Amino acid sequence: MSKKRLIPKLQLATSRNNPNKLVVVITKQFGDKIEIGDPVSQSKIFQDQSADELIFLNIESNTNNIKTLSEVIAKVSEEIFMPMTVGGGVASDDDFRLLLSHGADKISINTKAVESPEFITEMSNKYGAQCVVVSIDYKKEADGSFQVYTQGGTLATGIDPIQWAIQAEALGAGELLLTCIDHDGMRNGLELQVPSSLVQQVNIPVICGGGCGLAKHFSDAFLLANVEAVCAGSFFAHRDQNLIQTRSQIFNAGVEIRMQN
Amino acid sequence: MIGIVDYGMGNLLSVFNAFEYLGLSVKICSKPEDLSQVDRIVLPGVGAISQCILKLNESGFTEALNEQVLQLAKPTLGICLGMQVMAKQSFEGGTHTCLGWFDADVVRLNPGNSTLKVPNIGWNTIQFDKQIPLFKGLPENSDFYLVHSYQVQVRHEAERVATYQHGETVTAAIMKDNIFATQFHPEKSQDLGLTVLENFINWKP
Repeated sequence: MSKKRLIPKLQLATSRNNPNKLVVVITKQFGDKIEIGDPVSQSKIFQDQSADELIFLNIESNTNNIKTLSEVIAKVSEEIFMPMTVGGGVASDDDFRLLLSHGADKISINTKAVESPEFITEMSNKYGAQCVVVSIDYKKEADGSFQVYTQGGTLATGIDPIQWAIQAEALGAGELLLTCIDHDGMRNGLELQVPSSLVQQVNIPVICGGGCGLAKHFSDAFLLANVEAVCAGSFFAHRDQNLIQTRSQIFNAGVEIRMQN
Repeated sequence: MIGIVDYGMGNLLSVFNAFEYLGLSVKICSKPEDLSQVDRIVLPGVGAISQCILKLNESGFTEALNEQVLQLAKPTLGICLGMQVMAKQSFEGGTHTCLGWFDADVVRLNPGNSTLKVPNIGWNTIQFDKQIPLFKGLPENSDFYLVHSYQVQVRHEAERVATYQHGETVTAAIMKDNIFATQFHPEKSQDLGLTVLENFINWKP
């Protein structure tokens, strides 16, 4: 059985100082970008701290950036020997091929998957289900229901995240990445209602993210929602406390995670 | 020199970077004849088996690999799909005839427990045969990164040199003569993975 995974999420956006460079940023509820560093050096730190995997998301969702994104991934993969999921604006077979050939292991798709669900099946058939991560951003609405948003959290779709995730699995997704927009960057804990219900209804791994501020928030997601992985951006960017300490705390809470290396 | 077979499937760059990081000269072999210039062969692969077989056959790599690996007995490493393709046949999306280097079938993971997921993605503790030089220097309970939905089932148990548990015993590595292959990704398993790759470089079958 795979151990539970801790995944630093590196959100990338164009640097304010250099339009040709992608930098790591953190956000709050998908707004308010704060630049925090260079993706290559950040990745090295995460590798030294034994992160289980990395997620890179280009949050500008501008398909012109796929090439720049692939160049960043190529640089990272010269020095990082761990799995990398890459996404943000991926909309074609060419995008898949470009990112995979530059060192990505898994590709995350979001808006394109909602617009053309058959894209999931095509990519899954071509590259294998394990390669296709369907990323789902959602919000809790005033009436208590949940709704999927696309285009970087700006477009309401009227779709229920759990129904969509189940459909994505049937179409060939190999993994699901859930992000609750309301909790993004707030560091007050993860939204667990959707993931805990979803985990019982699908057979593929579920990663959830958005809102980690304490080690307890990770262990809650593992122990209460039983997700396979938790990803976090702001948590690892802000804290003095590093991944190694966080790991011990999560391990001590009774979660089976990797403790060696 | 070490040669990585480039037949258009998968994580070539990661494998290339890992060997380069270890200080080796690496050649990407994109034509079958390139294989004659290298003394060790790596067969990587991520994706669907049908595409993998199709591309190996169309490109002429199947014949060249049979010659270099089986006749000339060059030390060869298969990774993930590059391991599965060494079986006789795979049942991934139909029945596909594979290279047949191992008397083995490739079958879907069947954990028999609905809380265990397929594909299995992540770090798993591997049980390995400590006598095998390719596992030299690894601590007990070493964790490696895996991502797969299918596994190799060998008919000769002696060829299975590493396993892990996922509701059932899953094949993690196989070995026969000059061929060693892993279901896990050494190039994605941080320091322990690099140890396995280094052992492969020094392996004298």
